[in-house]
Amino acid sequence: MSITDFLTDLLNPDLAFLPKALAIAVMSSIVCGVVGCYVVLRGMAFIGDAVAHAVFPGIAVAFVLQGSLVLGGAVAGVATALLIAIFSQNRRVKEDSIIGVFLVGAFALGIVTISQAPGYAGSLQQFLFGSITGIPDRDLYVVGGTGLVILGLVLALHKEFVAVCLDREMSRSMGLSVFWLDIVLYVLVTLAVVISLQTIGNILVLALLITPAAAARLLTDRLGVMMLLAPLIGGVAATVGLYLSWSYDTPVGGTIVLVATAVFLAAWLFAPRHGLLTRRWRRPGGQELGGDVHPSPRPALSQAK
Amino acid sequence: MRALDIEGLDVDLGGRPVLRDIRLHLDRGELVGLLGPNGAGKTTLLRAVLALTRTRGGTVTVEGKPSRPGRSEIGYVPQRHEFTWDFPISVEQAVMSGRTGRIRLLRRPGVADWRAVGDALDRVQLTGLRRRPVGELSGGQRQRVLVARALALAPRILLLDEPFTGLDMPTQELLGDLFTSLAAEDRAVLMTTHDLVAAVDSCTRLVLLNGRIIADGQPADLQDAELWTKTFGVSETSPLLKLVRAT
Ligand SMILES: Nc1ncnc2c1ncn2[C@@H]1O[C@H](COP(=O)(O)OP(=O)(O)O)[C@@H](O)[C@H]1O
Ligand SMILES: [Mg+2]
Repeated sequence: MSITDFLTDLLNPDLAFLPKALAIAVMSSIVCGVVGCYVVLRGMAFIGDAVAHAVFPGIAVAFVLQGSLVLGGAVAGVATALLIAIFSQNRRVKEDSIIGVFLVGAFALGIVTISQAPGYAGSLQQFLFGSITGIPDRDLYVVGGTGLVILGLVLALHKEFVAVCLDREMSRSMGLSVFWLDIVLYVLVTLAVVISLQTIGNILVLALLITPAAAARLLTDRLGVMMLLAPLIGGVAATVGLYLSWSYDTPVGGTIVLVATAVFLAAWLFAPRHGLLTRRWRRPGGQELGGDVHPSPRPALSQAK
Repeated sequence: MRALDIEGLDVDLGGRPVLRDIRLHLDRGELVGLLGPNGAGKTTLLRAVLALTRTRGGTVTVEGKPSRPGRSEIGYVPQRHEFTWDFPISVEQAVMSGRTGRIRLLRRPGVADWRAVGDALDRVQLTGLRRRPVGELSGGQRQRVLVARALALAPRILLLDEPFTGLDMPTQELLGDLFTSLAAEDRAVLMTTHDLVAAVDSCTRLVLLNGRIIADGQPADLQDAELWTKTFGVSETSPLLKLVRAT
C-alpha cells in the first residue's frame, strides 16, 4: 500500500478508528519516550516490566465489571509502583526475586479473572498484543490528558529527578526527599505504561519505554538532546509501524516495536560516537577512545599551595 | 564556636552496634584524617554528621546547631562509586546538580548559581573541561568534579569519603594539596581514608577509628604500634607498622 493510500484511509470516515489509533499510538510513544529516558538512565527497566505485568489483573477486573480499562490498569499499576518504591528504599534487600514471584502471580490472577468473562479469548489477545479497533472516543481524551499531566510533571521536577539519578546520597544530604521523588517517578512510569497498553499490548509495552530512549542515548551525550530524540524516535516508530501494520495486516504492537528496534540497531551500529562500526572505522585513524585513556595533562594544582 | 562537635555518639545499623561513644571536634582551618579499616564505620560517621542516619544516642552539633540535611553549612563528597558516571551530563551540569537543593521547585539555575559553579570549577581547576561529558574523565578528574559539586554551595565544612581510593600516587598528591589549601581557606575538612601514606602526608590531625575512637592526635603523636594494631587488626610484623615508624 502506498503512502497516499494510507493517507486516504486515514481520512476515510468509514475507517474512523484508524486516525484515532494513530493519535493514541503517537501520544503514548512520545510520553513513553520522555519517561523512558529516566528509566534507561537509572537502569530501572525492571520497574517498567513489573508494572506492565501488574496492571493486567486491574484491567481484567475492569473488563469483567465493564469499567474503564485505563482506570483499572492505573489503580493496579500505581499500587505496585508504591510497593516497589517502599521495598527498594533499602538497597541492601534483594527485591527482584520478590517482585518476580509477586508479578507472575498477579499476571496469572489477571488471566484467571478475565477467563470468567464471556468471549474472553478475543479480549485476552487484545490486551496482550494490542489492537487498533474498538477504542472508545473517551480514551482519546484520557490518554491525551494523562500524557500532558505526565509531561508537565517531568518538566517541573526534572532537576530533582536528575539529582536523584546522579547520586542518591548527595541528594539526601541536600535535603531532597528521595523517597517521594522515587514514588512520583514510579507513578509516572506506571501511567505511561497504562496509556500505551491499548495499542501496543501488555507484552510489548516495555519496548516502547526502553527502546527509543536507549537508541537516543547512543546518539548523544547530552541529556536535553536525548529527551527530545527519544520521543521523536518513538513517535516516528509509532507512525511508520501503524502504516506497515495497516498495509501488511500485521499486529500493530509488534510492528511498532520492530520499527523502534530497527532504529535502535541502526544507532547501535552507526551512532556518531558510540556506534559499533563507527568506532571500528575511526580506530585506524589513530583517534583512540578519547579522554578516558589519555587524561589531559596534569594541571598545576600544587601551585595553589 | 566549633565547626563540628560530636559528643557520645552511638549508632546501630541492622540491629548491630556500628559506632560507640564517638567524641570528635573539628575547627575551621583543620584537615582531619579519619583512618580505619573497611567496615570501621567511617561512612556511617559521616552520614551521622549529615543527619542521614538514625542515631541511638549522643549529639551532633554543626556550628552550634543540630545537623539537618539541606540546612547545615556542610559540603559532602560521597565515595566516587555513588555517582552515576555514565549519565549524559557535562562537568558543569554535574557541579550544578550540587545546588539542586538551593534552587526552588520549578525554577532554573540563575546567574548566582552559575557564578557559584564557575567559582567551584576554578577552585579545582576544571574550568577547561567544563563542557566535557563526565563519563570521559579520569579518576582524579572525577574526584575533583565531586569536590567542585560540594564547593558549589560554598560550605564552611567539607566531608570527604575516601577521596584517594583507587587513585595513583601523583593524583593522590595533587588532591592532598587541594584539600590542604581548602582547609587553609578557613574551612573545616574531615576526610576518611584507609590510605595511611596519603593521610599522614596532608592531614593536620589523625583520628583512628574502629567502631570507637582509638586515638586522636598529630601524626607525630601516634607512633605507638599498639594503637595501629588495635585499629587495623594487623599483627606486630605488618608492613603498616613499618610505615608508621618510618613517618
Ligand atoms: N544499611 C546498613 N545496615 C546494616 N549494617 C550496615 C549498613 N550499612 C553499613 N553497615 C555495617 O556497618 C559497618 C560500618 O560500615 P561503613 O560505615 O560503611 O564502614 P567504612 O566506611 O568504614 O568501610 C559495617 O560493618 C557494615 O557492614
Ligand atoms: Mg565507607
